[in-house]
Amino acid sequence: MRLPNNILGIAFIALTLLLGAGGAYAAEGTNGIGPNPAKAEKGEQCVEPVDDMRRYHMNYLKHQRDETLREGIRGKKYSLNECIDCHAAKSPDVAGGNIRTIKPFCAECHQFAAVKIDCFECHTGIASPIKKGNKPPMPSKHGKTDQEKDALVFGMLENYLKSKSDVGGVAE
Amino acid sequence: MNSNNLPPITEEKIDIERRRLLASGGAIAIASGIMLYGGGAGAREKGQPATSAQRWGMLIDTTADKSIWDTVVTACKREQGWGGGNNPATDPQWVRKVSIKNKSTGAEATLPVMCQHCANPPCVDVCPTGASMQRADGIVLVDKHICIGCRYCMMACPYSARSFVHEPVHNQKPHMPRGMGTVESCTMCVHRVDNNQQPACVEALEAKGSKAIIFGDLNDPDSEISRAVSAHVTRRIREDLGVEPGVHYKGI
Ligand code: HEC
Ligand code: HEC
Ligand code: HEC
Repeated sequence: MRLPNNILGIAFIALTLLLGAGGAYAAEGTNGIGPNPAKAEKGEQCVEPVDDMRRYHMNYLKHQRDETLREGIRGKKYSLNECIDCHAAKSPDVAGGNIRTIKPFCAECHQFAAVKIDCFECHTGIASPIKKGNKPPMPSKHGKTDQEKDALVFGMLENYLKSKSDVGGVAE
Repeated sequence: MNSNNLPPITEEKIDIERRRLLASGGAIAIASGIMLYGGGAGAREKGQPATSAQRWGMLIDTTADKSIWDTVVTACKREQGWGGGNNPATDPQWVRKVSIKNKSTGAEATLPVMCQHCANPPCVDVCPTGASMQRADGIVLVDKHICIGCRYCMMACPYSARSFVHEPVHNQKPHMPRGMGTVESCTMCVHRVDNNQQPACVEALEAKGSKAIIFGDLNDPDSEISRAVSAHVTRRIREDLGVEPGVHYKGI
């Protein structure tokens, strides 16, 4: 299959600009640009192993939601308020970065996966300030910077182009 | 998917019917029924579901100075985060002050009216989704997660105790999520009750030295409320409807 010329052109320019960084990420074996949810502000670990949480958090939440509201079971670990307590983070997008909200965490992935949740139309996404004596907040972003993300995109593009015989050598 | 996980509402209803039969059979029958539960009222362990061992209720003393009811309304607003809208006709109202007057005698009374937490709640009967629901301990709630905002429950409620949220809500309290397009009403401060605290209105009254509302377990013969309702003649609004409210009034 042949890519349209204008795309190849843009890719070529972009690659020449960002080759170094992109190459480095590709070499590390990163196989995708993921979302970049804010780092938890509290707690050493999540309520379940992180892999499990990434896949199944919605099931845990819905289960606990019904148990709490309909049966009055409280104090179990998948409380939405508890997620907020640990995961809310400051972000320049929300209230000038003055308050901790859950947006930089939940929305980050959901935007990427085209998921829309309505939870925070009712539930407050704002965390109460971390009390004195608690661990000082970690930086609210972790993982990749925007620059690094761009670099990743181009790294992938580079690999893709390399794999196409008809454009072989473009990236060299 | 949700509806499969919901507690069976019908069995609970049967249970309540049975309790009602017991109640009409006289005090001895109630007492022996309660003995079965052992411990009776009091603290529920965290992580345990509400059970029908308890039946939460309130006794409202309408002979109290009527200015005290503002304390109730204010405390409810502050606790649950409603109020402050600009459309009095449609803004949510979880509890309101109602003044009544006997036309022939001229006697007047003022009382707070909110969800009466009926044992046989019509709002639950008419709800098409199962959102309008009754907990095992008698507290009547809206499960807003599955409320579609049809408002049948509002029409069915003999006490006009429920409100529809017409406008977007901001700055909700963490313990009381509220949102546009759903119905809401007094929750008897279920989040506090589950934490072995009294409803906010009762606490606010107590802070002012008033016992105008007594909250407690009507199933526990030794609770303050049970002793009070057995010592005084109390009434429930529209007793004729047979909905068996959990809210009793003294002095009307
Ligand atoms: C005690 C604090 C704490 C609580 C409570 C908590 N988490 Fe976590 N969570 C963490 C930590 C720490 C991580 C590891 C990643 C990090 O440090 O950001 C994590 C990771 C995650 C991840 C993976 C994030 C990623 O970067 O891929 C998800 C998803 C998640 N949590 C969802 C939830 C949900 C949903 C709840 C509420 C049911 C919750 N968490 C409650 C602390 C917490
Ligand atoms: C229309 C309003 C509304 C929406 C939308 C909503 N909730 Fe809730 N939620 C409530 C109410 C009301 C409660 C009961 C609060 C209580 O009694 O403590 C609740 C309680 C809960 C609880 C138990 C309390 C806790 O913090 O653990 C969970 C879990 C929960 N909701 C999860 C969700 C999730 C996940 C979503 C989005 C998919 C969601 N809710 C959307 C109104 C809403
Ligand atoms: C690590 C990325 C990630 C994070 C962080 C994350 N989610 Fe998700 N969430 C997803 C993905 C991906 C899906 C869609 C899964 C699917 O459709 O199979 C999803 C789906 C959901 C759903 C089900 C939506 C539906 O329409 O059925 C709910 C509810 C939900 N997430 C709640 C939350 C909440 C609340 C938070 C923040 C406390 C959160 N998620 C944080 C990745 C994430």
